[in-house]
Amino acid sequence: MKLAKAFQLTAGLAASALVLSACGGSEEPADGSGGAAGEEIKIGINQFVTHPSLDAVAEGFKAGMEAAGYEDVEYDEQNPQADQATNTAIAGQFAADGDLDLALAIATPSAQASAQALSDVPVLFSAVTDPVEAKLVDSLEAPGANVTGTSDKNPVMEQLELIQQFAPDAESVGIVYSSGEVNSEVQVKWAKEAAEELGLTIEETAISAASEVQQAAASLDVDAFYVPTDNQVVSALEGLLQVAGDKEVPVISADGESVKRGALATYGINYEKLGEQTAQMAVRILEGEDPATMPVEELSEVELYVNTAAAENLGLEVPQELLDEAAEVYEATEE
Amino acid sequence: MITAVELGLIYAIMALGVYLTFRILDFPDLTVDGSFTTGAGTAAILIVNGTNPVLATICAFFAGAAAGVITGLLHTKGNIDGLLAGILTMIGLYSINLRIMGKANVPLLGEDTVLSPLRDNGLLGSWVSIGVLFVGCLVAVAFIVWFLHTDVGMAMRATGDNPEMIRSFGVSTDNQKILGLALSNGLVALSGAVIAQFQGYADIGMGIGLILIGLASVIVGQAIFSQRWIWLAALAVVFGAVIYRVVIQFALGAGLEVNDMKLISAVLVVLALILPQLKFFKKLGSRIQITSRFGGSSAIDETSESQQEAKQNA
Repeated sequence: MKLAKAFQLTAGLAASALVLSACGGSEEPADGSGGAAGEEIKIGINQFVTHPSLDAVAEGFKAGMEAAGYEDVEYDEQNPQADQATNTAIAGQFAADGDLDLALAIATPSAQASAQALSDVPVLFSAVTDPVEAKLVDSLEAPGANVTGTSDKNPVMEQLELIQQFAPDAESVGIVYSSGEVNSEVQVKWAKEAAEELGLTIEETAISAASEVQQAAASLDVDAFYVPTDNQVVSALEGLLQVAGDKEVPVISADGESVKRGALATYGINYEKLGEQTAQMAVRILEGEDPATMPVEELSEVELYVNTAAAENLGLEVPQELLDEAAEVYEATEE
Repeated sequence: MITAVELGLIYAIMALGVYLTFRILDFPDLTVDGSFTTGAGTAAILIVNGTNPVLATICAFFAGAAAGVITGLLHTKGNIDGLLAGILTMIGLYSINLRIMGKANVPLLGEDTVLSPLRDNGLLGSWVSIGVLFVGCLVAVAFIVWFLHTDVGMAMRATGDNPEMIRSFGVSTDNQKILGLALSNGLVALSGAVIAQFQGYADIGMGIGLILIGLASVIVGQAIFSQRWIWLAALAVVFGAVIYRVVIQFALGAGLEVNDMKLISAVLVVLALILPQLKFFKKLGSRIQITSRFGGSSAIDETSESQQEAKQNA
């Protein structure tokens, strides 16, 4: 009997905790008292998972909206934390609500679910690597339906050129990527195309788990490494950096954050700016432009990130002009 | 909320598969995490290549069933522990699923799917689609109830309850387990196939953690409904799957912090496991049995019930 009471108490506590946190969450002001257009604007945001780059897109988007004069927008922010069923449910909820002026989908699965569920509401996507491959748009120039947005395609050519700047004798570039991520496969394809033009050869190894990164990197006999924006590989970046350190070859990453962690350099996308650029597209749609005819945009500017500590370890000198150009210079590697 | 119910009804097919192994065969089958994606991937790749969506969905069932057979063979013929056999098949399926799909994500946007008749007429997200999906679930429930009352199905139930006894009758428990796992994973794959068509893409990661949802649906449903009759238990699983989704949706709608989502899922399953142990729910369970006694319950039921009541009065 005592046991049953204890269970009852536990269950009761858990239930009230649920209710309490539910109340706490709904404190957000819901009375958007009017945007620039003088009427209430409601935007649903479906961000696939919490992740520094994706968070930056959402922040940049809101900042961009505010900068454009849309200060009292009501944001319905949802995040399925990478759970695909919840992702679909969120998209369905947006469709059922029926009062959204616009939906912002951050990352490919969110964009696909939103595009499937919403046919009357304009859908803007961001941080999608290849919108055509994901079937979100008919073509980059003419999306063709209610879906358009910004792509986070890396400037692979510029990034691979960095290898030649630091190691002019380099001939082969190794890429470790996860076979479970579509965006990585696309990046390997781009890297191969760019490498051909630059006279480099790409050697790739696919992995199926983050724990395989170090071993895969060690299996490659190359003059440099290129690290795409691959969740598995980036999460186990230290393993690859260690191998590269042993081989004394430079590592060029596709994102700035990895440079902070010890990769040599990159021309990286600033995700906050990507969000701001997406906001500018949102403003155009809210003012009446048709998403079907708005081309998918890529970030117009990229920033140079350099890690001088990593260069020092390799016995390389970073050219002064690169240092002058760099948006971020990391003098020590953050562990 | 309607989308949550729709999703719940589609996931209910998966939960019915989990019910077959978890409750009927008493087999903790982790193949589910892989076979769900197998079903989704098989259907998606066939549809993209122009196969009729209905045929593609049926093929998905058999692909999942094949995965179940592998787990069954590993367990019965290879003498590998059931939990481990499921994990091994699940891990192996990751590579096979990638082979099937050719890449990690197969988009189905704009393709003709089994849900196209509903989608094209703007009926998804309405009571019509809920009705259609519910009827689909009822068909699956009816199939399972019918199957479990056939000679083979009876033998399968006995295999889960008392393998020694059924073996003494000369029935092969091995074959029963293999068949049960095949059927279960076939249903799971079927559910995955429909989900892929519903959400517009098949993704290599869509099955991860699914077994938790399946178990939660079975446990939540049976916490509320009696388990005495097969048909009620199976129907309870369907409602459990819907309730699970609705609670998640409610939590989202209430503006819960997004980072709390995983905690909510865990709390929900814990509640579902604890609540049935409480007096109130036990009483509720026996009340359902009393009202249905006219249907003819056995003397054993009555004694166990009176024992229970005596215990409560004490």
